Amino acid sequence: MSQPEGSAAHAAGDVEYHALVMPEPKRDVLARRAAIIADLRAIVPGEGVIDTEIEMRPYESDGLTAYRQLPLAVVLPSTTAQVSKVLAYCHANGVRVVPRGAGTSLSGGALPLEDAILLGMGKFNAILDIDFDNRTVTAQPGVTNLGITNAVMHNGFYYAPDPSSQIACTIGGNVAENSGGVHCLKYGLTTNNVMGVEMVLITGEVMRLGGQHLDSGGLDLLGLIVGSEGLLGVVTEVTVRILKKPETARAVLVGFPSSEAAGECVASIIAAGIIPGGMEMMDKLAIEAAEAFVKVGYPLDVEALLIVELDGPEAEVNHLIGRVSEIASGLGCMTLRASTSEEERMAFWAGRKAAFPAVGRISPDYYCMDGTIPRKALPRVLSGMIDMSAKYGLACANVFHAGDGNLHPLILYDANKPGELERAEAFGRDILLLCVEVGGVLTGEHGVGVEKRDLMPSMFDETDLAHQQRLKCAFDADGLLNPGKMFPQLHRCAELGRMHISRGQVPFPDIPRF
Amino acid sequence: MTPPTTADRLRARDEADVVETVRWAVSEGRTLDVAGSGSKQALGRHIQTDATLDLSALTGVSLYEPAELVLSAKAGTPVAEIEALLVASNQMMAFEPMDYGPLLGRPRGEGTLGGLMATNLAGPRRPSAGAARDHALGLRAVSGRGEAFKAGGRVVKNVTGYDLPRGLSGSYGTLAAFTELTIKVLPRPETLETLLIYGLDDATAAKAMSAAVGSFYDVSGAAHVPFGVTGHIPALALAGSSVTALRLEGVPPSIRHRREKLEGLLAGFGTLGRLEAESSAALWRALRDVEPFAGDHKRAVWRVSTAPMKASAIGVAVAEAGGACFYDWAGGLIWIEMPDADPRAELVRGVLAAVGGPQSGGHATLIRADAATRAALEVFQPLDPVTGALVKRMKDGFDPSRVLSPGRMYAGV
Repeated sequence: MSQPEGSAAHAAGDVEYHALVMPEPKRDVLARRAAIIADLRAIVPGEGVIDTEIEMRPYESDGLTAYRQLPLAVVLPSTTAQVSKVLAYCHANGVRVVPRGAGTSLSGGALPLEDAILLGMGKFNAILDIDFDNRTVTAQPGVTNLGITNAVMHNGFYYAPDPSSQIACTIGGNVAENSGGVHCLKYGLTTNNVMGVEMVLITGEVMRLGGQHLDSGGLDLLGLIVGSEGLLGVVTEVTVRILKKPETARAVLVGFPSSEAAGECVASIIAAGIIPGGMEMMDKLAIEAAEAFVKVGYPLDVEALLIVELDGPEAEVNHLIGRVSEIASGLGCMTLRASTSEEERMAFWAGRKAAFPAVGRISPDYYCMDGTIPRKALPRVLSGMIDMSAKYGLACANVFHAGDGNLHPLILYDANKPGELERAEAFGRDILLLCVEVGGVLTGEHGVGVEKRDLMPSMFDETDLAHQQRLKCAFDADGLLNPGKMFPQLHRCAELGRMHISRGQVPFPDIPRF
Repeated sequence: MTPPTTADRLRARDEADVVETVRWAVSEGRTLDVAGSGSKQALGRHIQTDATLDLSALTGVSLYEPAELVLSAKAGTPVAEIEALLVASNQMMAFEPMDYGPLLGRPRGEGTLGGLMATNLAGPRRPSAGAARDHALGLRAVSGRGEAFKAGGRVVKNVTGYDLPRGLSGSYGTLAAFTELTIKVLPRPETLETLLIYGLDDATAAKAMSAAVGSFYDVSGAAHVPFGVTGHIPALALAGSSVTALRLEGVPPSIRHRREKLEGLLAGFGTLGRLEAESSAALWRALRDVEPFAGDHKRAVWRVSTAPMKASAIGVAVAEAGGACFYDWAGGLIWIEMPDADPRAELVRGVLAAVGGPQSGGHATLIRADAATRAALEVFQPLDPVTGALVKRMKDGFDPSRVLSPGRMYAGV
């Protein structure tokens, strides 16, 4: 079996536009819909199962709004026991399951399938334990990212990963996507900050990995779960480490005449042994859009703007602000301002944080991309994007997590103009393929989902992907959890498990022995 | 060629040799012990295989770009070579990988990059900077199916596909033989200092360490050495009491500021002292490499990871049984030396389970014991039935013929 099935749009040579093809719905499941819903209601009573079109509409899409699909039904469990029973039922009856947190995925990770239940984890919204002495918080997966920080900030602590959707996105979704944010060069991604999970397998079996201690002491299953995009299990509890909020944070706002010079400044700061808490770059179009929107005094005569934030003990921050300023001055910056108050620091960030809605003001729609490159390739990638912009007739603004090479090009388009969405998507694909070509990757923090699924072969060959899918087989041999995401082709586990080496067939290799 | 014998070390020259060797083993129903330099052969369950797949000839740093914070090297590259290269650019492996040499009665500096990742090494900086797993970016490897594959990438932020570079860390060669690894590297702090607190009991030390690492002052190492164990560490030998050590790293003005603040914060706990950079470096290396327990290699040694505030209960139980211990990771890591070769596994695992309550209390790994003991006992924390079955299914996927170091971690895996 291979998937996508029956896809004419995937014919060889069709490089301009690929329609997204999802797995063929299981007809028998669709036919049994009423019975399945009745059975699920017996497990999750009352309002826990939603099956009317009008009530399911809010779940038809996630943050990748170009794709919409109503699910078979929406199931909203509130206990681990219910999740276990729901998954065991789906496993026994061959029903597919799409897990969902807050639905903020930008890669379509929570896109429903016609024949799959959508398992919404929103009712798991309690914080279970706050332990300041051991510096951990244990929360249910539906607690928001910011909700964890809010629960501990009275004692001066916070949860470090801060994706831009942190007000809405859930910690369970963060685990699924291995979410990042502007501070992850210094403080790590979700995977570096999660210490344990309780998780339910598709069989309904409940397992615990990690806890309040560090490392696994053996195989790092937790490391595999984080970032698995809901394909391996459903997380029902998460333990994270919390950190003391730095004593001081100050930022430097630096304008450069070219993005090359700004990129050189980033490299020089790191080469000087400084790891800033955050280091963001914006290009001219993004600067102009942000300044027009929030009016915080960004220089408009520069080609690239850097925000470099140093955080930590006061003496260290002041020392490093001086060093960063020296480096920037030495590289011919056009403007240089170091924040002298918290208000000024927040103003530096206000434009960057509003960059997406700011671009939304100057264009009817925008498509946010997410690739990572070796930073030294930035000039080549930026000039490539200028060429693509001309080719597709669409403008592109760039915001960039400069410290870790994570690009977020925003492609401007108008969905009401025929063909523009398709052109924007093709433009986006070309950007990601260029990222891979220069030694980078398809996604730095948004995930593969459905969005980048069909580009996976640009990074991984068949053997690479087969090894990843064998991991999937160990967790979910029937492929019921979130099918159609991450992998361009789903192979049967029996086929992946077959060995092609026969007894006595391979001669002993001619290699040195001692 | 004649078939190899048990004593043979099959020294692969490149990835193609690794592929051919594994394919041959699958075809002939043979088993291979996956090894680099062999410096950690005494870790894990004791197993006997038909031959050793020796990766120590796969050497060389293939990519090092300091400004990109990334380094790639063949799996057999000596860790010491990588560290020397990084020092020249004022960088480091921030996870501060320990050297098992002293503890296992071998020379220092033998370990390879592949072994470092296969055993997920860490050091005193673990709570703030992570372990090897946290710095794994990409890999090339050969699975037990005799197929070479890659995963991850060479950039520091990447979520493309399952996180196999992290997932295969700590797999002790049982799922795949690494051939090349890419890791994140970071700037090396300019200098360091250590603040000492004398005379705390284990439980009070845990509170002091919690206050220190939960402060603004970026403590990058927090260890407690009970009196008696102090005698085995030159920098602490004359203390005359237990010593709680807190490390500060960074630029000099920052260290001075933080030390003064910490002294104020911790003055109520006990008498304070201080170590300058050079003796600090020696102290943290001794703690990292468990030098206090390097003297008598017949004694059983455990490595226990738990919640920091739960650790002292384990230390007390060990002391009652005549054992010795010291604490790293602000209490979260306990190194235990038993008075003799008997590991007393029921005691260690029992008290760990008791402090954990309904959750797992952490994990206890028997690090040093004779081969017979390591063949008979569970060396790694025993897995619950659901996890155990899952791990077997992973082995089925990656090494269905049970060719790669079978049984090294768990029976049947």
